[in-house]
Amino acid sequence: MKHTTMKKMIALALATIMLVALCACGGGSSEPEAGASAEAFKLGGTGPLTGGAAIYGNAAKNGAQIAVDEINAMGGIQFELKYEDDAHDAEKAVNAYNALKDWGMQLSLGSVTSAPANATSAEGFADRIFSLTPSASAPTVIEGKDNMFQMCFLDYPTQGGASAQYISDMQLGEKIGIIWKNDEDYSTGLRNSFVDKAEELGLTIVAESTFTEDNNDFSVQLTEMQNAGADLVFLPMYYQPASLIFAQANAMGYAPKWFGVDGMDGILTMEGFDPTLAEGVMLLTPFNADSTDEATQAFVAKYQELYNEIPNQFAADAYDCIYAYKQALEAAGATPDMSAEELNDLMIQQFTSMTFDGLTGTGMTWDATGAVSKSAHGMVIQDGAYVGLD
Amino acid sequence: MKKKTLNRNTRKNFATYGLVIAAYAVLQTMTVTGSITSSLKGMLVPICAYVVMAVSLNLTVGVLGELSLGHAGFMSVGAFTGVTAAMALQNAIPSPALRLLIGMAVGAVFAAVAGVLIGIPVLRLKGDYLAIVTLAFGEIIKSIINNLYVGVDENGLQLSLLTNKLALAEGGKIIINGPMGITTIEKISTFTAGFLLVMLTLFIVFNLVNSRSGRAIMAIRDNRIAAESVGVNIVKYRLMAFVTSAAMAGAAGTLFAMNYSTIIANKFDFNTSILVLVFVVLGGLGNMLGSIIAAAALTILPEALRQFADYRMLIYAIVLILVMLITNNPVLKGYLDIIKGKLTGRAKKPAGPTPEGGAENGK
Repeated sequence: MKHTTMKKMIALALATIMLVALCACGGGSSEPEAGASAEAFKLGGTGPLTGGAAIYGNAAKNGAQIAVDEINAMGGIQFELKYEDDAHDAEKAVNAYNALKDWGMQLSLGSVTSAPANATSAEGFADRIFSLTPSASAPTVIEGKDNMFQMCFLDYPTQGGASAQYISDMQLGEKIGIIWKNDEDYSTGLRNSFVDKAEELGLTIVAESTFTEDNNDFSVQLTEMQNAGADLVFLPMYYQPASLIFAQANAMGYAPKWFGVDGMDGILTMEGFDPTLAEGVMLLTPFNADSTDEATQAFVAKYQELYNEIPNQFAADAYDCIYAYKQALEAAGATPDMSAEELNDLMIQQFTSMTFDGLTGTGMTWDATGAVSKSAHGMVIQDGAYVGLD
Repeated sequence: MKKKTLNRNTRKNFATYGLVIAAYAVLQTMTVTGSITSSLKGMLVPICAYVVMAVSLNLTVGVLGELSLGHAGFMSVGAFTGVTAAMALQNAIPSPALRLLIGMAVGAVFAAVAGVLIGIPVLRLKGDYLAIVTLAFGEIIKSIINNLYVGVDENGLQLSLLTNKLALAEGGKIIINGPMGITTIEKISTFTAGFLLVMLTLFIVFNLVNSRSGRAIMAIRDNRIAAESVGVNIVKYRLMAFVTSAAMAGAAGTLFAMNYSTIIANKFDFNTSILVLVFVVLGGLGNMLGSIIAAAALTILPEALRQFADYRMLIYAIVLILVMLITNNPVLKGYLDIIKGKLTGRAKKPAGPTPEGGAENGK
């Protein structure tokens, strides 16, 4: 009896020691951030650093970090960047936003994904903290909020329409099929705007099929497409389900033209995915990691060196966000001792009047609603690389 | 002997009320004087909502002795119906407090209706059917709301399923937009409203448990056959506890949703149900004070651990395991009882079944 009690006490003590040790580790790594100089602008953002959408949050965080390191090394304007995890959840995003506010955030990078961004943008609007989100593309993020701006190309509802327009202009397909995820706002938003535009343009949609979270078998959807004789299938979804669709369509010998969206960016670097399956997939995206221009090449090389993967559009958007902030802050003559509210007014002025060149586009401008205007490029995957369609 | 037990119960109930009021007073003072962090301030309303969720689920799990795995489903029903009501009445009722109250009442009523619909067939059965059906219920609600489109214009509310076929008149607005959920919620939940809802929930639960009906409910939990043999109407009392629990979860859902500018159906998934169940189990089955403390502590904990960045979820898990170890450690339990005995001035038999402990021994 005595022995078992002893054992339990020892186990308890060891567990406590482990906990304390872990706390010490964690505490140690966060110290340098807290002790930074007051000469830097405090930039904060929330994104899914854990959970199912972690790939996007981490890409944005890494992209932004590269830009911050580059700018800090140049001298001049200094940034201090802090990303908090929101696990792609509105409630946690608001908590993360509040934690950043306690930290003293002056400028915000909003949230990476749309649903959390809806929640944090309302908070930022009420608190008068300016925000430029790299990738939250829902129109509701900026709607009615004068200090919320977006870096991502085309709101997804517009992107669906642009895709339909592109297909119609290029006469890519006669009979169109759509597979979409009906429990996700991103996919549903794209599908709705695509269908609206397709009707307007007189495109024929022969089949539509849906799936939900955690669906790994697409044989039903694909058979439906095949039976309807669809020669082009529109896939408004992120790349994980798309990779399964390509593999399963290949296995059943169904090979229509595939048309994707910007969320499919990253499919070529996905672990365990055979890039030949995505051969011939078309998509509209603002960022091309294989582009030959110097800035993109440098960014891709740096990203690969630090994080050992090819950056996707989220990383590029976040990288652009930081440089856009730099340009705006320099033009406004802002200093780090300004309050978030003062910076807010300056940034609204600057962003609505400036023109910005970045990795994801040149000659970008913002209108008063906070939406960015930049063009989308049609891309097609050839020999495992993105090639311009035009 | 019986009188003594009742006294102890009443004392504990008043201690619970007192603690909640004290916590409210301290936090409200801190808010007014501005000494509270934004982080904690932002969590006050969600904590209230989770406390109500935990206490109401405790009524089902601890007092009624039935496992419910879809409590978030009722929260979801309450959230979406309550917010829809509050938004539809935006022009008719200018007072935000009154609109919140109506929203919570509507949320509670709809959740109660859902509770009745599930309860009538399932609560007649013996065994673990309620757990299975509530699990399915949570998923069904999520699916329905993901495909539901609701709008409002001068002609009133309009509904559409699967795709957005709403033809709203000029000036109308869409409220529930399928998987995008509700995106334009006016934040009218306040900490005071949350506090009042917690107090009301405690009042309802304590009075139900200490009433004749409450004793009947616990009798069914402890021994169904014995209760049936003395003429207790099994279905009626089980339904009473279950529906009360569902209604309070609905009100909590409205409170929660009205604290954010956006709410989506996927928020109220199986994980949220389990989270609330964890509050209940950690706080102790049938122990309302325990549920309150567990809900508050486990909501704050992940945020308090933010500074540990990547290690945060690991530490969260370790803390959960430690709490389970510590509360079940006989040596520590002995110490705890000695301290308790000194504080209350009476010695308590460590192994004696408390009224709260009945649930664990009952099944």
